[in-house]
Amino acid sequence: MESIPLHNACDPAFARQVEQESGQSLAACYQCGNCTAGCPAGFVYDMQANQIIRGVQLGLKERVLSSQSLWYCLSCSTCSQRCPNNIAVAEVMESLRHMARREGHISAAPINAFWLSFLATVRRFGRSYELGVMALYKLRSGRLFGDLDIAYPALSRGKLGFLPHVVEGHGEVGRIFERYKARCDKEGVKP
Amino acid sequence: MNYAYYPGCSGLGSSEEYERSTRAVCDALGVTLAPVPDWSCCGSTPAHAVNTELSAALCARNLSIAGRMDCEGGLLTPCPSCLSNLKLATHRMEDAAFRQRVDELLDAPSGVFPRTRSVLQMLLEDFGMESIARRMNRPLLGVRLVPYYGCLMSRPAEVMQFGHPENPTAMETLLRACGTEDVADFPAKIECCGASHGIPSQRMTSRLSGGILSLAADYGADAIVVACPLCQMNLDLRQKQAARAVGLERRIPVLYVTQLMGLAFGLDMPRLGLEKLCVSARPLLDKMQKARAEAAQKTRETAGKAEVRP
Ligand code: SF4
Ligand code: SF4
Repeated sequence: MESIPLHNACDPAFARQVEQESGQSLAACYQCGNCTAGCPAGFVYDMQANQIIRGVQLGLKERVLSSQSLWYCLSCSTCSQRCPNNIAVAEVMESLRHMARREGHISAAPINAFWLSFLATVRRFGRSYELGVMALYKLRSGRLFGDLDIAYPALSRGKLGFLPHVVEGHGEVGRIFERYKARCDKEGVKP
Repeated sequence: MNYAYYPGCSGLGSSEEYERSTRAVCDALGVTLAPVPDWSCCGSTPAHAVNTELSAALCARNLSIAGRMDCEGGLLTPCPSCLSNLKLATHRMEDAAFRQRVDELLDAPSGVFPRTRSVLQMLLEDFGMESIARRMNRPLLGVRLVPYYGCLMSRPAEVMQFGHPENPTAMETLLRACGTEDVADFPAKIECCGASHGIPSQRMTSRLSGGILSLAADYGADAIVVACPLCQMNLDLRQKQAARAVGLERRIPVLYVTQLMGLAFGLDMPRLGLEKLCVSARPLLDKMQKARAEAAQKTRETAGKAEVRP
């Protein structure tokens, strides 16, 4: 079993920051494991939900922020629903994912590529556009041949529009993204 | 009553049949849905996964426009993912500091937001079982239906406020009002289908959706009934992938609750978009037709007997 030298890996400010961003008090966690027991994504996690909470309590910043689990989390809130101490674990996962992004820890590149492809179509057209998302995602992730088996049934039923629906106010939507990007630059974090 | 209506992006593509059948059912009940003018994407999962303020800003643009429409029924959306984003944004923006940061991202500060509900919630709260049962003229007989809600509709509970967070029953109520006698009490009704991870992490989604499909098969489902475009896509369009992941042979049609309501209301087939489903609903339709014919025959027989009775 891997041992973690606590004396130099700990960052007590980290726990406070996570508590503040997520609005949750993590000291209440007594490691019952309920969050993990109900987590549908646990089978692909490298750290389980309760281990993440423990890691935050201990201030293991690097370890927690580089966990792939943050990216595989489905935001289903089963963990929050079942925590006996009313900790919204899903909110903690989300705050950690945001912090990881800001600090440049992208531990699951394909998932990030999918999200960014989706947002790129929204930024450009004002609405998401499924075929465009797929094409951009394939380019970004390099996974050119994934999902070909669903392409035919989807296309033949008109489920992937060939053309984007452009919103009249797409400029307005685009500006939301520009201001967001500018603010990230100003605050010195990754968008 | 008038309602502002936010269709959501998937209604233009992958869930066009949900959009169509929702409108058809609302029409049949005399509900006017006024689309939010020039609505834009709520940002869905990707926006909130990236940044909460960005997500709220994308929602706030739409919520502000909808607020200006002044519809007494508030804002409706058929999509649980849109609903969750719109409601979370509304909830978070009650915090003044958060609102300020979101407003900084917008062209103009956000206005007054309407109350946002799902179409499903509206059907239950504003119509209810009795008026829907009154509109029903072709009971959904002879089939076992398995309602499946997925994870977004009822959680987080304090924001969504949609029945019991672990045991919502809205679809059961609607289906019973539509004459169903056999709705399964499905233990996986609020499990997650893998949501939007279908594209980047197919292995995960296939296993989760596969688990739901095989349990539905064990429960003898003639159809799975859903109200979420993501669930529908993972269970229907990706059914082959999911079934392969769990070694399931049977195919199960996955219908939107509005498509079934439309059938029960006897609406024209083209308005329900059943041809869009990847797993055909034909066996389901045949079974219902047969059960209805038998029921009608029985009624005639009893009526006939009544006649010969002295
Ligand atoms: S359910 Fe709550 S108390 Fe239990 S381990 Fe998870 S976060 Fe801690
Ligand atoms: S929200 Fe994330 S961590 Fe919580 S149960 Fe769902 S997938 Fe697991």
